[in-house]
Amino acid sequence: MSTVENSAEGKLQFASKSAAAIDRARAQGRAALIGYLPAGYPSVEDTIAAGIALAENGADLIEIGIPYSDPVMDGQVIQAATTEALAKGFHVGQVFDVVRGITSKTDAAVLVMTYWNPVVRMGVDEFSRRLAEAGGAGLITPDLIPDEASEWMAASDKYGLDRVFLVAPSSSSERMKRTVDASRGFVYAVSIMGVTGARTSVSSAAKDVVAAAHAAGADRVCVGLGVSNAGHVREIAAYADGVIVGTALVAAIGEGGVDAVASLTKELSTGLTKEEA
Amino acid sequence: MVRLMVDAPTAGSDESPVDAFLEGKRPDEDGPQGAPSLRHAPGPYFGSYGGRWMPESLIAALDELEDTFEKAKADPEFTAQIAELNKNYSGRPSLLTEAKRFAEHAGGVRIFLKREDLNHTGSHKINNVLGQALLAKRMGKTRVIAETGAGQHGVASATAAALLGLECVVYMGAEDCRRQALNVARMELLGATVIPVTNGSQTLKDAINEALRDWVANVDNTHYLLGTAAGAHPFPAMVRYFHEVIGEEARAQILEQTGRLPDAVCACIGGGSNAIGIFHGFLDDPSVKIYGFEAGGEGVETGRHAATITLGKPGVLHGARSYLMQDDDGQTIESHSISAGLDYPGVGPEHSYLADIGRVSYEPITDSEAMEAFRLLCRTEGIIPAIESAHALAGAIKVGQRLAAEAAESAGDASEKIVLVNLSGRGDKDVATAAEWFDLLDKDSPEHEIAQEGEQL
Repeated sequence: MSTVENSAEGKLQFASKSAAAIDRARAQGRAALIGYLPAGYPSVEDTIAAGIALAENGADLIEIGIPYSDPVMDGQVIQAATTEALAKGFHVGQVFDVVRGITSKTDAAVLVMTYWNPVVRMGVDEFSRRLAEAGGAGLITPDLIPDEASEWMAASDKYGLDRVFLVAPSSSSERMKRTVDASRGFVYAVSIMGVTGARTSVSSAAKDVVAAAHAAGADRVCVGLGVSNAGHVREIAAYADGVIVGTALVAAIGEGGVDAVASLTKELSTGLTKEEA
Repeated sequence: MVRLMVDAPTAGSDESPVDAFLEGKRPDEDGPQGAPSLRHAPGPYFGSYGGRWMPESLIAALDELEDTFEKAKADPEFTAQIAELNKNYSGRPSLLTEAKRFAEHAGGVRIFLKREDLNHTGSHKINNVLGQALLAKRMGKTRVIAETGAGQHGVASATAAALLGLECVVYMGAEDCRRQALNVARMELLGATVIPVTNGSQTLKDAINEALRDWVANVDNTHYLLGTAAGAHPFPAMVRYFHEVIGEEARAQILEQTGRLPDAVCACIGGGSNAIGIFHGFLDDPSVKIYGFEAGGEGVETGRHAATITLGKPGVLHGARSYLMQDDDGQTIESHSISAGLDYPGVGPEHSYLADIGRVSYEPITDSEAMEAFRLLCRTEGIIPAIESAHALAGAIKVGQRLAAEAAESAGDASEKIVLVNLSGRGDKDVATAAEWFDLLDKDSPEHEIAQEGEQL
């Protein structure tokens, strides 16, 4: 379990697993690489093996997505993968098996990325307890904003979990500040107004969102959406604390299995070093 | 913008209805006997329901919409524009028609129909689309997007967009596009682009998902013209606002025609926009019992239904916390109903609240019960109702029979009881479905083949 100490403000402070992983990368003079995989695609065993391959080939943090019936923030590739996982009978409780399977074999911080209703259904406290028990670092919540997160704020404090909220190019400075304040571990900067999916170039909005989040007090800001190759990684690593790759890895596991994930991760990680930018 | 945080995750908490409602920080109004008014609930919360369970990317657009809507409501120019369009374009006020021969089958009570079927485009939907399209113009948006199931809201949206010179894109499940080819043609005639949705279950909920994906990518120039009183704040309160005219007119008309308030008000519930529109006029009248009739499909015991409040559990979908048809993992369950307009696994959050506090009773009506009421209204009144509205009619028959039994017990006269039904739409679109249901088509006819697939004639 995470250690607990009282900060100067008297607020409970946890040793954030995500922050620690990003800081280790920073100490090596580079940005962190964060890889996303949907649980149960093409199978629970494959997700675990691919997660381990991610960690062994240069990923510092791993996001495990929970397949959901109504993924409004996802593009075609991830939708197709999660639909297949559900069709094969994936159930939410298996996400903890995936998290445990990866954390028991690697040092990577493992977060779960989930739409909110599956958490509500299990019970926010129960979900959090099981995630912490499995060695998970925390949650990334694409459709939960801090305004609605009172239950999750309490549960994440209770179990020492990171809460990664999203900020977007459309976020007002007031909302940016509030979201940064509510987050722990890192802040997820959405690079463009849109859904997940590979794009040919990185949006120019990404740099501004990262700057705004840093200005609002965020220590660690990671960029996701539309990042698919080492060139994108290099571009973002120049100004962000971490780079998040999703769709490209999902396509890789679908086409070439765990080996393809390993080789893509290796290639992506070549873009991380800031000196090369 | 400061939002109230309501941390009451379980439905049916033991606090009093009044306290629960006051949690929504809504202004006290002139309710009866000093009781807090249930009217004009502003959101974002209705008890523990409602809110904004949405991606951060869309919050700025929701804030802009809320701000524009609040200013518009207070702007006499806007309210005059709405009133003018309602009168001279939609044909409001819609009539209130007493259904005397139909009422003979409802225990002999008096039944009055609020004739939303007579509006332009054939249903209540026009009230909301005109309002939202005007707001889109005020926000400087040039494009509207909409979701549609069978096509009614899509047709209404395309209509409003044509009238106001907006580009219109309608998302519709691929399966629904195939079954409702004529409604696709209607939307295209009106200048809209219809995009078939092939993701997920290819139904209404997936059309909403796809519209949300479009909105997040095009929010600068695009307004999402949501078709029902659901979704993230401010949609539930805003869509209700544009439909409140139904209840206001009906209340004045029934008083004028009968000299008193009805004993019961009945409406069908999918997302719940026609229902909340008529209910709103009577929420503060304690003598008026209010009933919402959900789609019971093949029977709630079969699992093939859309009785969200009757059998669902609270959850979050499409931006709001509300009752939801979901499995033990929180995955949305597909709904089923003979009526495409009621075939939605969620329901507006204000209905969930009104159910929990007991102000409105929600009951399922099966496909068979609805179709019997459909046939009865055709034969007794010369009115072909939408199959959606037939659910309200079937419910009204049950309510009428109960009221008649009560009257008999107290030696009263059933004919002194009054039931008001929202006839939310006309049934032209449902002729093929009904003809197939009642076996009216020649087995060798092309119409029979078409109708088996639920297509319109």
